[in-house]
Amino acid sequence: MSKIFPKSANRLPLQIIIFLIVLLGVVTTATNYYATPKYTRVGYAPVQPVPYSHALHVDKLGLDCRYCHSNVEKSGVANLPTAQTCMNCHSQVRTDSPLLAPVRAAYQSGEPINWVRIHQVPDYVYFNHSVHVNRGVSCVSCHGQINQMEVVAHAKSLSMGFCLDCHRNPQANVRPLDQVTNLNWNADQVKIDGKPHAEWAAEFVKNNKIKPPQSCTGCHR
Amino acid sequence: MRYAYFTLAFLVVLTVSVLGFRGSTFTRPPMMVFPDTFFPEMNHQAKYKPQASSTFFADGRADRPLPAGVVSRNPLRDDDHLYRGKTANGQWAKGFPAAVAVDARLIARGRERYTIYCAPCHGALGDGKGIVTQYNWGAPANFHSDVFRSMPEGQIFDTITNGAKTMFSYGDKLVPEDRWAVIAYVRALQRAQNARVNDVEANHKQELGIK
Repeated sequence: MSKIFPKSANRLPLQIIIFLIVLLGVVTTATNYYATPKYTRVGYAPVQPVPYSHALHVDKLGLDCRYCHSNVEKSGVANLPTAQTCMNCHSQVRTDSPLLAPVRAAYQSGEPINWVRIHQVPDYVYFNHSVHVNRGVSCVSCHGQINQMEVVAHAKSLSMGFCLDCHRNPQANVRPLDQVTNLNWNADQVKIDGKPHAEWAAEFVKNNKIKPPQSCTGCHR
Repeated sequence: MRYAYFTLAFLVVLTVSVLGFRGSTFTRPPMMVFPDTFFPEMNHQAKYKPQASSTFFADGRADRPLPAGVVSRNPLRDDDHLYRGKTANGQWAKGFPAAVAVDARLIARGRERYTIYCAPCHGALGDGKGIVTQYNWGAPANFHSDVFRSMPEGQIFDTITNGAKTMFSYGDKLVPEDRWAVIAYVRALQRAQNARVNDVEANHKQELGIK
């Protein structure tokens, strides 16, 4: 009587187990790589109704972030500017530019411009802008070098790990309050009150009692 | 067994070629790790957020404009000098209202606000040579002219609140206290540009090389 299974079948169970382990490793790696805001959100640069360039307005003209996002120090929300804010200058500058037609229309009619939102934490996350900028956390820490962007792109992941990195070690991301909207400020190149940044930041955190919440309810409230 | 590995390798290549790498720029709406279809009311909950859209209201806005005849619940703004820059008989008020303490803190605040909201047109020195003048703006006001040096504080307050000529209102960006802070700083700029030797305190004269 001939054998039903060849001799090599003896190794098959082990080979299947090894394959399943490899498969598990590949699936884990892929999930880890793709199922995170580092992949899903970073790089998001939607086409806006008006091709507003932060590089031009902030870096070249020197406008402060707060000229347009005027409530960021008072409110949890960094507001988009009103059409009138644009028209403060564009009632005189580039008055016939076709690119600015939506702005003029919005100013005339009072209907808002439908800007596409880029940075957005999920609805189950509480985030307050004012408490961050009033404690020396710069715009650049979460939004990247907006001042160099022709088209705004999502630069940082804004994942939970991203938030916690800073909440566990706020010293690394605080700066003097008058430099919060200076996106080119570099902690390594300046001395603050004659001290290197690390030393200054440790005192700043202590003196201002900066204790970022690390408990779940700090943000998931 | 070899075919299983070939299939796996093919799937890896397929996934990477479809999904790409981290950090590449894209314009389509971001993928959801927890899609709303399977996790309803999680990422997008049935609540309005500021400046968000609404399918309920005809104009599509979640932020509602004030209805006609609405009465503010904030304290009554009956201090004409503080909130309108006028005296009791309707003249432009001169000087600062009693509720505003003119001190170094106010001027520092005024300097910060001035730099954000005023300097783009009026210039860091208040000489009307802000960045907009390089873009065919025309001539923003030069605060060192006689008109503005003698202008009552109340009238400057009104200009910030309601705008004047080509300048639009900045009432939405500067609360009344900040407007007075800006006025204090403008007065400081005016004084700085018209300073005399006698304005320098004795102990600072040597630093400036003045005898």
